[in-house]
Amino acid sequence: MSLGRRPALGVGAALLLGLALAGVAAPWIAPYPPEQQDLGNRLTDPDAAHPLGRDDLGRDLLSRAIWGARISLLTGVVVVLISGVAGVLIGSLAGLAGGALDACVVGVIDLLLSFPGVLLAIALVAVLGSHLANLILALCLIGWVGYARLARTLVLGLKGRPFFEAALSAGSRPGRLLVTHLLPNLLGPVLVQASLGLGAVILAEAGLSFLGLGVPPPAPSWGSMLRAGSQNLLDAPRLAIVPGAAIFLAVLGANLVGEALAERLDPARRAEGVFL
Amino acid sequence: MTGFLLRRTLLAVPLLLGVATIVFSLIHLIPGDPVEVMLGAGAGAADISGLRHRLGLDRPLLLQYADFMVRLLRGDLGISLRYQDPVGALLAERYPATLLLASCSMILALLLAIPAGVSAALRPGGLADRLTSVASALALSLPSFWLGPLLILVFAIRLDLLPVSGMDSPAAVLLPAFTLALSLAALLTRLLRASLLEESGANYLRAARSRGLSRVGAAVRHALRNALAPVLTVAALQLGSLLTGAILTETIFAWPGLGRLLIQAIAHRDYPLVQGCVLLIAATYVAVNLAADLLHVLLDPRAAAR
Repeated sequence: MSLGRRPALGVGAALLLGLALAGVAAPWIAPYPPEQQDLGNRLTDPDAAHPLGRDDLGRDLLSRAIWGARISLLTGVVVVLISGVAGVLIGSLAGLAGGALDACVVGVIDLLLSFPGVLLAIALVAVLGSHLANLILALCLIGWVGYARLARTLVLGLKGRPFFEAALSAGSRPGRLLVTHLLPNLLGPVLVQASLGLGAVILAEAGLSFLGLGVPPPAPSWGSMLRAGSQNLLDAPRLAIVPGAAIFLAVLGANLVGEALAERLDPARRAEGVFL
Repeated sequence: MTGFLLRRTLLAVPLLLGVATIVFSLIHLIPGDPVEVMLGAGAGAADISGLRHRLGLDRPLLLQYADFMVRLLRGDLGISLRYQDPVGALLAERYPATLLLASCSMILALLLAIPAGVSAALRPGGLADRLTSVASALALSLPSFWLGPLLILVFAIRLDLLPVSGMDSPAAVLLPAFTLALSLAALLTRLLRASLLEESGANYLRAARSRGLSRVGAAVRHALRNALAPVLTVAALQLGSLLTGAILTETIFAWPGLGRLLIQAIAHRDYPLVQGCVLLIAATYVAVNLAADLLHVLLDPRAAAR
């Protein structure tokens, strides 16, 4: 079905780990500061001092690609963490409480799912302004919905199980029930959703930055580097090839890990594609 | 089944109302004074108050909302600040190009997915299956905004076979349609493979084989028809995603559709036009999802009972 279970997990984890290490170690391993310009040496070809050459402002492409890992992966992890925690809490509370709260949460989920997520993110960043914080906010506002729907469905299923009814009749309070009995059972499927979600968020961040709606220049984001590179395809195609390849490898890593986890932890689930 | 169709259609009404409410709220989320943001730093007080009055932003919020909804029902989406034309007319001008691109991408995705899915399912674990599996994993991770420039580089710049951008010739749709179609093709290939394998043990296939039909013949003439029902439903659902994907693709290939219009409107802070584009794309998305649900029930009437 997939690339073969174990190799897929190994390859995916290695890709993600490699890029994450590059991002963390960027200040030490990047040969030059990412924003250091040299207008006298614009678009120069690769050489020993600049293995990937320089961009249209004379900045070292390798250094910018390494620093880009930090922005892309950090945005991905922050968005997945915030939207995952918020979504799981909202969804499981709604499922646990039932009644009006549940109906209200389901209404909001249905509404937000009826709105194309990327379009909503684009619209929000368009009105709030191009800034990393606004981008993270927009991606969290559309991201929590998937986790909430998943958590609610799982909690509704768990509520009918004997262990839950036993805990309830033993006098457990709802908060304790949630923490000790429900959340541990949600961990597997949520982990699967989070790893597939990481790829989607990295793609969305890069896509919005490519449109000029994400991380503003001169910060080295892969999406905005690809945007600038696409305008120099004729003279220096590597300016588009390098950041694009970095985005591709990060998304591939997250998707491979997500699909391998899905097969192990949540066999009923099918991986969903992301169209950007 | 009629009850389901009616219920599902009625459910789209509050969703459309919610979408319109979100679109109305957008202009009020602008930090600071939205009119000053739209007009930029050099605007005079008279211009600011004039535009504020024209957009109705000097009235109570509830009245603005009621007015927005009434105008929407009449098809009046306001006037574009940049073009000084009715937003509805601009959208009507660009909408066909986006629909053309999305339709061509859907056809291309199905043309790629059906042979790939069938060849993968014929011999699970075989060479074709493994190749298809690797190719679909790669395609699902490939950013369209990287694939697009690479295709331009190879087919338009280096080989000079296809136009770089625009829609002046029929061939101009090939590169943007392929860019948009590839990840959908990968998803549909996986689905078709799984769907065909589910059919593989069915009695009607055994009967067909016992009548002397080859494996390929049985798969294509009998199993494919049944296996295609869920694939077509997902394909219809994904048509909505193609519309949002088109925002990037149209920007890359300068395709004169809604997505490019939206990005240009954002760049020029033309918020009435931004609202119009977002509303039309989102409403199409809701309508396509409704159509996909209805198609699903028509293809498989048992789904209505579920």
